[in-house]
Amino acid sequence: MKFVAITAVAWLVAVPLFAQGRGAGPTPSTPPQAAKMAAPVDLTGYWVSVITEDWRWRMVMPPKGDYQSVPITADAKRVADAWDPVRDESIGEQCRAYGAAGIMRLPTRLRVSWLDDNTLKVETDAGMQTRLLHFGSWKRDGRPTWQGDSIATWELPRRPGGADNAAEEAQPKFGSLKVVTTNMRPGYLRKNGVPYSAKTELTEYWDLYRGRNGEQWLVVSTAVEDTAYLQVPWLTSPNFRKEPDGSKWDPTPCAARR
Amino acid sequence: MGSDAVRGAKVMPMKTSVLTLVTALCFSAPALAQIDLAGHWAVRQHEDWAARGPGPEVVDYLGLPITDEARERALAYSTSALSIPERQCLYYPPHYNALGPFGLEIWADIDPNSGRVVAWNIGGFIDKAINTIWMDDRPHPGPNALRTFSGFATGRWEGNTLVAYMTHYKEGFLRRNGVPTSDQTTMTMYITRHGDMLTMLEVIEDPVYLTEPFLVSRNWQLDPTANMTRVSAPCVPEAELPELKGEGTVPHYLPGKNPFVGEMTKLYGLPVEAVLGGAETMYPEYRKKMLEPYQPPKSCTRYCCGWGGAPGRTAPNLECITGGTGRVNER
Repeated sequence: MKFVAITAVAWLVAVPLFAQGRGAGPTPSTPPQAAKMAAPVDLTGYWVSVITEDWRWRMVMPPKGDYQSVPITADAKRVADAWDPVRDESIGEQCRAYGAAGIMRLPTRLRVSWLDDNTLKVETDAGMQTRLLHFGSWKRDGRPTWQGDSIATWELPRRPGGADNAAEEAQPKFGSLKVVTTNMRPGYLRKNGVPYSAKTELTEYWDLYRGRNGEQWLVVSTAVEDTAYLQVPWLTSPNFRKEPDGSKWDPTPCAARR
Repeated sequence: MGSDAVRGAKVMPMKTSVLTLVTALCFSAPALAQIDLAGHWAVRQHEDWAARGPGPEVVDYLGLPITDEARERALAYSTSALSIPERQCLYYPPHYNALGPFGLEIWADIDPNSGRVVAWNIGGFIDKAINTIWMDDRPHPGPNALRTFSGFATGRWEGNTLVAYMTHYKEGFLRRNGVPTSDQTTMTMYITRHGDMLTMLEVIEDPVYLTEPFLVSRNWQLDPTANMTRVSAPCVPEAELPELKGEGTVPHYLPGKNPFVGEMTKLYGLPVEAVLGGAETMYPEYRKKMLEPYQPPKSCTRYCCGWGGAPGRTAPNLECITGGTGRVNER
């Protein structure tokens, strides 16, 4: 009897470990909860880039041939050395630095909103781009674009005090947004033509942090993987600060030369 | 036999149940740690490589929300001051966990009775003290308590993020070209693990030298072969420069006499008012302000290499121009 009791207690503690994903989650007969309703954090609103890192490569146009901090391949160097912004503009390719693998490091504001219950819309005023982050069973639509196809999921933490999943709570308070983006048009990691290829896979973790004085910070931990132009995944983490409103929202079209 | 059989019948379930319990608790160990941060984390200098590796330009305060007092103090600073024996063994402050070029070893201190994590520690590696993050709700010391190189930090879990609040550390550098932080500085660290990637956000606040919080975030990757050391090697000060052996000599620049103020304008075409920093330089509006005065150099002539890791880790045939001191990984 004692054995049975101890075993039961032990497995009550341990078994939820194996309930990955959304924990107990919905029963098979229950439709999955919409991403908007399941959101552990509220990412909507206006965010502004805080450019305290890589300033010379983000805030102003870096010189041609400056690939500092990027683990590029020799092929990437050849492409970067041939960078010609005038040509880019003349052939309508002035948005190459504004694709999904580059846009988040540009000085910009983000306007984040729900397009529908399973699509988070991220607009940038720099380059006037729109990223659509699709939850659920969305299927890619074929043609490569600057912003590619983004599949999003909520990553929820285990609950303190037990090997359990926070999804079992009525509304989890913490969690990350994971976004995997593929099917992008070839573009630039930096405005001076450091390239990424059509093979690129972009993985992002969007984490919302609350400051001691009520500020909200957004950090997007980012891994850019590109077997053509990067020796190893390029890891960065652009930072954003929440703004109270859109009064500083300033849409500006793509520019290749400045 | 009979009694043995009976004893055996009683013992076996107990052994089994203990084994089951131990197994179950082993699997459920993250309950105590929320998510395991322990291990050796190799740095990925994919942001700010030059500032973290070779070092920042002498007068480069771009993107720093500094006060006028901080700027004046930074302009008076000469890196040669580190050559005087009294300063050779000064550690970097705790915010160099992210600002520096270091990998991290992170480990937990476990209460042997309860098995609970009492503290998380971030190793010192080079020229930095171990930072201990207490997880047992102990209070921070009073406002006049001793400042140390390691500071005092308490932590809590917010989901899978370890949030640590650090106070009571000595004054140091926000950027190692002399931009200061005071002993009133506090720092909130947000340490988040996603698989084998670790991200640390530091929010640094200083009522003396910053007009608003300074943010920096960095990435590391789990690497059991990284072999980070927990403690810095012992430092033995030595008067290396004959001119600094005399008492009372502290290299410095008098107000208005720093000869490097215009260096970034010469090297990179950046206006001096940008180079001298301030909160305004952190935000996108400043980019628009820079469009007119900024003229980018026609080509890169200094530290152009892709990823400034060890030679051999840059792209083949990729030059890393060090600006007058030679070339690394030459063609």
